[in-house]
Amino acid sequence: MSVADWEPVIGLEVHCQLQTATKLFSACELQRLAPPNTLVDEFTLGLPGTLPVVNEAAVRSAVALALALGCDVQTRSRFARKHYFYPDLPKGYQTTQGSEPYARGGMVEVPGDPPHRVRLTRIHMEEDAGKNVHVPGEDVSLLDFNRAGAPLLEIVSEPDIRSGAEAAAYLRELRSIVRFLGISDANMEEGTLRCDANVSLRRRGTTELGTRCEIKNLNSFRFLALAIGAEIRRQADILDTGGRVQMATMSYDADRDQTRVMRTKEEAADYRYLPEPDLPPLLIPAAWIETMRACQPALPAQLRAEWTAAEVSEADAELLSSEPDLAAYFEATIAAGAPAKKAANWVTIELLAKLRADERTLADCRVQPAHLAELIGLVEDGTLSQRAAKQVFFAAYDEGLPPAEIAERDGHRQVSDPAKLRAIVTEVLAVSDKQLAQYRAGKTALRSYFVGQVMKKTRGQANPKVVSDLLDELLPGDAG
Amino acid sequence: MSQVIDATARELAAQVRSGARSAAEIAATFLERNDAVASRLHAWSRRDDDRARHRAAAIDAEVAAGRDPGPLAGVPVGLKDNFVTAGVETCCGSRILAGWIPPYDGAHVQRLAEAGAVSLGKCAMDEFAMGSSNENTPDEPVRNPWALDFVPGGSSGGSAAAVAARLVPFALGTDTGGSIRQPASMCGIVGLKPTYGRVSRYGMIAFGSSLDQAGPLTRNVRDAAAVLGVLAGHDPRDSTCLDEPVPDYVAACDATIAGARIGVDRSVIDHDGLDDDVRAAFETSLAVLRDAGAQIVDITLPHFAHAIATYYVLATAEAASNLSRYDGLRYGAQQTRPGLRQTYEATREHGFGDEVKRRIMLGTFVLREGSFARYYGRAQKVRTLIARDYAAAFASCDAIASPTSPVAGWRIGEKQADPMAMYLSDVFTIGANLAGLPAISIPGGFCRATETMPRLPIGFQLLAPRLGEPTLLALAAAHEAATAWHEQMPTQVQS
Repeated sequence: MSVADWEPVIGLEVHCQLQTATKLFSACELQRLAPPNTLVDEFTLGLPGTLPVVNEAAVRSAVALALALGCDVQTRSRFARKHYFYPDLPKGYQTTQGSEPYARGGMVEVPGDPPHRVRLTRIHMEEDAGKNVHVPGEDVSLLDFNRAGAPLLEIVSEPDIRSGAEAAAYLRELRSIVRFLGISDANMEEGTLRCDANVSLRRRGTTELGTRCEIKNLNSFRFLALAIGAEIRRQADILDTGGRVQMATMSYDADRDQTRVMRTKEEAADYRYLPEPDLPPLLIPAAWIETMRACQPALPAQLRAEWTAAEVSEADAELLSSEPDLAAYFEATIAAGAPAKKAANWVTIELLAKLRADERTLADCRVQPAHLAELIGLVEDGTLSQRAAKQVFFAAYDEGLPPAEIAERDGHRQVSDPAKLRAIVTEVLAVSDKQLAQYRAGKTALRSYFVGQVMKKTRGQANPKVVSDLLDELLPGDAG
Repeated sequence: MSQVIDATARELAAQVRSGARSAAEIAATFLERNDAVASRLHAWSRRDDDRARHRAAAIDAEVAAGRDPGPLAGVPVGLKDNFVTAGVETCCGSRILAGWIPPYDGAHVQRLAEAGAVSLGKCAMDEFAMGSSNENTPDEPVRNPWALDFVPGGSSGGSAAAVAARLVPFALGTDTGGSIRQPASMCGIVGLKPTYGRVSRYGMIAFGSSLDQAGPLTRNVRDAAAVLGVLAGHDPRDSTCLDEPVPDYVAACDATIAGARIGVDRSVIDHDGLDDDVRAAFETSLAVLRDAGAQIVDITLPHFAHAIATYYVLATAEAASNLSRYDGLRYGAQQTRPGLRQTYEATREHGFGDEVKRRIMLGTFVLREGSFARYYGRAQKVRTLIARDYAAAFASCDAIASPTSPVAGWRIGEKQADPMAMYLSDVFTIGANLAGLPAISIPGGFCRATETMPRLPIGFQLLAPRLGEPTLLALAAAHEAATAWHEQMPTQVQS
C-alpha cells in the first residue's frame, strides 16, 4: 500500500474577520492597526455587569456572505457560550453560535483544472479572542485585547476536498468572494482570514469516513497545502503499517514539513455550551434577506462565466476575478468600449506586469480604464501600431494623460491614407533602381528593404498593412 | 431626627424639591443615624459619607438654581454591592473582586442619580447574590434589626436590614430566586421584583442572567412604586430589557381593588413545611384584601413542586458561566503562582467562598457534554411548564398570593451546615423568577415570640402577570392602608 491507495477526505473551517466599524457585541471601535489595548471598552475587557448587544452591521455582512454562497439563511438563530479558560478570553467564554447557526448549507464553485464544488455545512457568527504576545527571552506573556470581540464568521465546509491544492484553491475562492462583498480584507498574513483543516483518509473506492485529525492555525495558502500533504503522508504511514489514526489536534511544523500532535481526544476540552442568556434569539426578517439578495454585487464565478463567454481565456478570467478592484478595472475597461479579449490581454500582460515591476497597486495606477479602452480603440482602428501603442501606454502610465493626446503629441499616429503612402512608395521605388533590378532578378527578400525605406520616410508611422498592399501593387510581378 | 428618618422617600423628595428641607440636612441626619446604629447590623459593605455629602450639596445647589433634581431629590439610598458604581469599590460580596473600582456606572446608578438620589454606600450581600441568609460572606454576617442573632434573609440582606433599621429610606436589591422579597419579608419591609426585562441589567453583576432583576426595598408601597418608576424602562445596552411604556406606578397605588381576584393554590399553603404563624398571618392578609373588596379564588399550579429543582439547575448553570470571567488577570484579587493554571486555581480557590464554589460545581456538572440535555435541557422544559401554569392560573385571577417565606426567620448559623434546607426556603419566591413575573413582598404580621423565637416580621407575597406591576401595587397599597405592620420600628435599632 502507499499514499496512492488512500483517498484524502478534507474539510476546512475558515474564520474570516469582518471589517465593521465596531465590535460584534459592543460599540467599541474596531480597526486593524492600533497600539495594544487602545480598542477596548468595558464589555471587551469582560468587566462585571456588562452585556452584549448584537452589531447590526456585522449581521448584514454575515447575511451577504451567506447569500453569496447560496446558504439557507435562518430567520431565527441563537448565540451560545463556549467555555474555556485562557488569558486572551476575557469572559471565560466565547459567545458563538452552537446548534442554531444563522446559515446552513451553501456551496463554493472552485475554479481550476478541473473546477470542483465544495458544499458548506454552515456559517456562524462569533466573537474573536484577544492576542497573547509571548515576549521572546522573557518569562512573560503580554495581552492585547484590541482584537477581542471582533466579529468573525466561521465557514465550515463538508469534507468535499481531496488534496492540499484543492483546499488552497477553495480558500482562495472564498477569499475572493469575501473581498468582492467588501466585508473583509481577508488577509491571511494579518489573521483576518484563518484556516483549520480536518483530514482523514479512506481506502479508495470506499465511502465510509476515516478518523480525522484537525490541523490548526494554517496561516498561508502555501502552508495549508503543505500541511495537508504532510498530514496525508503521516496518516497513510500509520494505516500502511496496520495502525489506527487517533483523533487529535495537529500543528504543522514548516521547517520539517511535518504535522505533529498538539493534543489528543482524551485531552480535548468540554466547552459546556450554554444558550446565551444575555441575548434573545437572533431574528433576521425574511424581507430583510430578500432586500439584501436583490442588491448583491457580482461575484467572481459569475464574472468568469460572462468573460469566458466573451472569449477571455479561463486563466485570464481567473486572474482578473481574483481581486475585486482588478475585476472592477477590467469591467470598466470593457464598459468603455474595449473588446473583452483585447482588454484582458492588456490588463493581464502589460498593466499587471508594469504594476508588479513598480511595486504599485491598481489603486495608484494612473491609466484610467477609459484610457486603456481608448488605447485599445486606437490600435483597433489602425491609428496606432502595436509597437506605438505600447509606447503610448508607458507614457500614459507615467503621465496619466489620455492616449490619443499622447499619440498626437509624440507623433505616434499611424499613416494609413493610401494616397499619401502611394506617393511615398512611388518616391522610394523611383530612387531604388539598383534594388529594383536585384528584386527583378529574384531577390524578393528585398521587399523588406522597400518597407524599411517607407518607414524611414514616415518616421515609422506608415501603416504596414497599407504599405504592404501598395508594394504588392507597385512592385514588379513575381520574378517578372 | 425622627422627622427625617421616619419620613418616606417620597416625603423627603417633596421637601427637597420645595426647598423645605435641604438634601444636606437629610444626608447629615442619616449619616448620624448610621454612626449610632449601623455597627450593630453590618448592613454596609462600604459607606461613602464624603461622596454622599458632596452629592447632597450638589442637589441643594440645583434646587437653589431653580432646577428640579428629580423625583428622588436628596433621598439617601443604599446600593446592594452588585450594582456597578464608577469610582467606588464594587465587590459583589466576594474576595475575588476585592479592590475592584469600576470605571463605569450601571444603568441603576445612572437612573437614580438622574432622579436626584444620594447614595450612602454599598450594602452587604451574600457572595455573588447566592444565598438566603447573608451568611455567605467573607465579612461579618448582616444582622436582622428585629433580633440581632437572626439572619436578615438574603441575598439582599444588607439592603433590607438598612431600610428596616432606617439607615436609608430605601435601597436597591437584586432578585434571582427571591433575594429582594425574602429579606424584605424577614426584615418587615416592602420588596418588589419587577417583570424580567422591566429594569435594565446593565451594570448589575450577573448571577443567573435569565432570572436576575433589580428592584426596590422600601418601607412602604408608594415608595416602591416611585423607585420602580425611576428604574423601569428600555435600555439599549441590555438586549433582554423590554421596550414597553412605563406607567405611573404611584398613581397605580390608588386604583381600586374592588372585584380583583386573588388566586391561592391551597396545596401549596396547606402542607407541613409551612410555619403555623406564617400560615395564620397569610390567612389574615387574605382577609384584609377580601375586606378591601377583593375576591379569593382557588387556583392550581401543577408543576410548583418542581420549581426548586428546576431553579437550581438553571441558576447554577448560568452562574458557573457568568463567574468564568473571574480569573484575577484583568481585575480583582489575583493569587499569583508560577504557572498560568496554578494562578487560575489559586485565584479562584482563594477568591470564592464555599457556597459559590458549590454552585459553580453544580453548574459545571449540568453543562457537561452529554448531560446538558438531561439537566439543563429538561429544566428549560419544566420552566416552560411552570410559566404555562401561571398563564393558565391568570385566566381566572388577577394576582396570586402566598407567603414570601415558609418561616419567619432563623438563627445565624442554624442552616449553614444544610444547604438543601436553605435552598428549600426559596420555595415561594422562585416561581416568579422562573416565569419572569413581577412579585412583591409586603409586611404581613409577626410571629409570636416564644422561648426559642423572637417576634419577627412575616411577609405576604403577591405575584402578577407579566408587566402587572400596577396590579401588584394597587393590591399592596390596599393591604397597607388597612394594616400598620409597616410602621413598626425594629426593636434592636431604636436608638
